[in-house]
Amino acid sequence: MTLQDRYPLAFRLYPYARSPDQDAEAPIRHPAVIVGAGPVGLSLALDLGLRGTPVVVLDDHEGVGLGSRALCFAKRTLEIMDRLGAGRDMVGKGIVWQKGRVFRDRDEIFDFDLLPEAGHEYPAFINLQQPHFERFTMEAIARAQAGGAPIEVRGKNRVDAATVTEDGATLDLMTPDGPYRIAADYLIACDGARSPVRSMLGLGFEGRVFEDNFLIADVKMTADFPTERWFWFEPWFKSGDSALLHKQPDDIWRIDFQLGWDIDREKELKPENIRARVDKMLGHSDYELDWCSIYTFQCRRMERFRHGRVVFAGDSAHQVSPFGARGANSGVQDADNLGWKLAAVLAGAPDALLDSYDAERVMAADENILNSSRSTDFLTPKTEVSRLFRNAVLDLARQHAFARPLINSGRLSLPCIYDGSPLNTADALDGPARSRPGAPCPDAPFGDGFLLQSLGGGFTLLAIGCDAPDSLEEAGAKATRLSVEPTPEIRDRYLASASAALYLIRPDQHVAGRWPEFDETALRAAMRRAMGY
Amino acid sequence: MLNDTPNIPDPDGFYAELLGTHEGLTPEESHALNARLILILANHIGDRETLSAALEAARTSGQNTGEAS
Ligand SMILES: Cc1cc2nc3c(=O)[nH]c(=O)nc-3n(C[C@H](O)[C@H](O)[C@H](O)COP(=O)(O)OP(=O)(O)OC[C@H]3O[C@@H](n4cnc5c(N)ncnc54)[C@H](O)[C@@H]3O)c2cc1C
Repeated sequence: MTLQDRYPLAFRLYPYARSPDQDAEAPIRHPAVIVGAGPVGLSLALDLGLRGTPVVVLDDHEGVGLGSRALCFAKRTLEIMDRLGAGRDMVGKGIVWQKGRVFRDRDEIFDFDLLPEAGHEYPAFINLQQPHFERFTMEAIARAQAGGAPIEVRGKNRVDAATVTEDGATLDLMTPDGPYRIAADYLIACDGARSPVRSMLGLGFEGRVFEDNFLIADVKMTADFPTERWFWFEPWFKSGDSALLHKQPDDIWRIDFQLGWDIDREKELKPENIRARVDKMLGHSDYELDWCSIYTFQCRRMERFRHGRVVFAGDSAHQVSPFGARGANSGVQDADNLGWKLAAVLAGAPDALLDSYDAERVMAADENILNSSRSTDFLTPKTEVSRLFRNAVLDLARQHAFARPLINSGRLSLPCIYDGSPLNTADALDGPARSRPGAPCPDAPFGDGFLLQSLGGGFTLLAIGCDAPDSLEEAGAKATRLSVEPTPEIRDRYLASASAALYLIRPDQHVAGRWPEFDETALRAAMRRAMGY
Repeated sequence: MLNDTPNIPDPDGFYAELLGTHEGLTPEESHALNARLILILANHIGDRETLSAALEAARTSGQNTGEAS
């Protein structure tokens, strides 16, 4: 089969270039090969490359598809992208927001603030069209390549077959110059919800389908709605059972209408019909349609994300509804979790470290699926009685504060705390729950900047009001000390009632263990554990 | 803990008031009222264990419990 684009491109980011591998007689072997240059594949490649692990990314297109899909990128994702060198560009272009309002008919019934405290470098959320997210990531890859990072992104390289063995995989690729093969010690499938690699391996993808259709209309207009997430149940303008409004960069607004299950897709997608709905909502027709689409959704995941030498990350491994913005965000968090582990295993760490990727990210996927399913159950009641209670909540919410937290128009993406992870060492500090072992480190002001940007990408000995050696080497890893004064924010986020603390922080900025002071024996044991021994 | 012993001082009066609240409502409106009432009472109780016990008690004491009997 020849190569044909399955979708038009927004940006051409990795044009096809012939690789010497294509002239080799036997398949050339690479330590890590990623299939799919979406947000997940690209961020994983960047992470591996920055660690000095050679990585090849294969995509059957030459860039990112048109149409925005993911829009809301969460704080934790931005912190990860900051570590990878793309966070600031993203925030520079994106629309920063943290507040949401929920309406029913004309009445405001609920509002929320996703970051009600100061002292964080990154905001709760930005709205940034997915093509820009991928473009900024690719630009960071280009900078890393210029600095010597061994990353290759091969456009118009379609994976047609995979042969998996105990020590790797061999891929059949198709290019504009015809087929060739390469081999990989580890194959990482970041090839999206329809994952061809998953099908090639004959692996399942089970879950729930939600019987509803949502129309996305991205419209271009100048308007002065505040930069907040606005959501309507049973809106007065009657353009859908529910509606959502979000601001995007470049005077684009995302409008989302809930259409119901039995619809005529083609009819609904006619520009005049879309415009009729948007007109009713806005009360005018002074806008242009930028991009429109109708989507349905499912919540499902693979049973395991690791199958020997093949690892799944992002939408290939798990899929959620867009309400809550947990798709791309959780995929980038998969990459964050996998990057350092794969680099370490390729450098000689125990293979079991990769099983912890499976344990931790399956746990995160279940959390996301749970949240996403609950939101959709509220948005799309499946039975008469679920509609009865949903409407009871909405009826009560105007006058009764207690009912407002029950309103669920999407619980927005938060990182998973890996409670019970095999890499955690039992909590030895009477510290705050939010920074317990398994948790991602909360940011805080530090020096002239912020704590997270000072952590870097290796292990850290975070010494708060106590002594520790400059560094500690154990289990093939090195932890570097970072001494921090107990400012009010540090105290609040890392000490609580403790007067000092020593945190061992993993390369993905999750807490591996914490103690009231530096204890070499305990630290060495914790590092071994965190390295999969 | 779910209080399973009689706790309403004026059972007949309460019962009459409960029915009175539904007076003049269509079955649909009554269902909606009941749903609101459940949410109001549930919030007042608040305690998750008690609520779970109450849900369980309601589920298993009806004529149609959904289980083969
Ligand atoms: C309407 C909508 C709104 C959304 N909003 C949000 C949001 O606000 N926030 C959020 O976090 N997420 C959101 N999402 C989800 C988000 O778009 C996805 O989770 C995200 O794109 C997944 O990234 P990925 O890298 O895993 O896969 P993809 O982005 O699907 O990338 C897969 C890549 O693999 C390539 N590929 C496929 N097959 C092959 C092959 N055989 N050979 C080579 N390459 C191949 C594809 O061309 C593609 O480039 C939304 C999704 C939708 C549909």
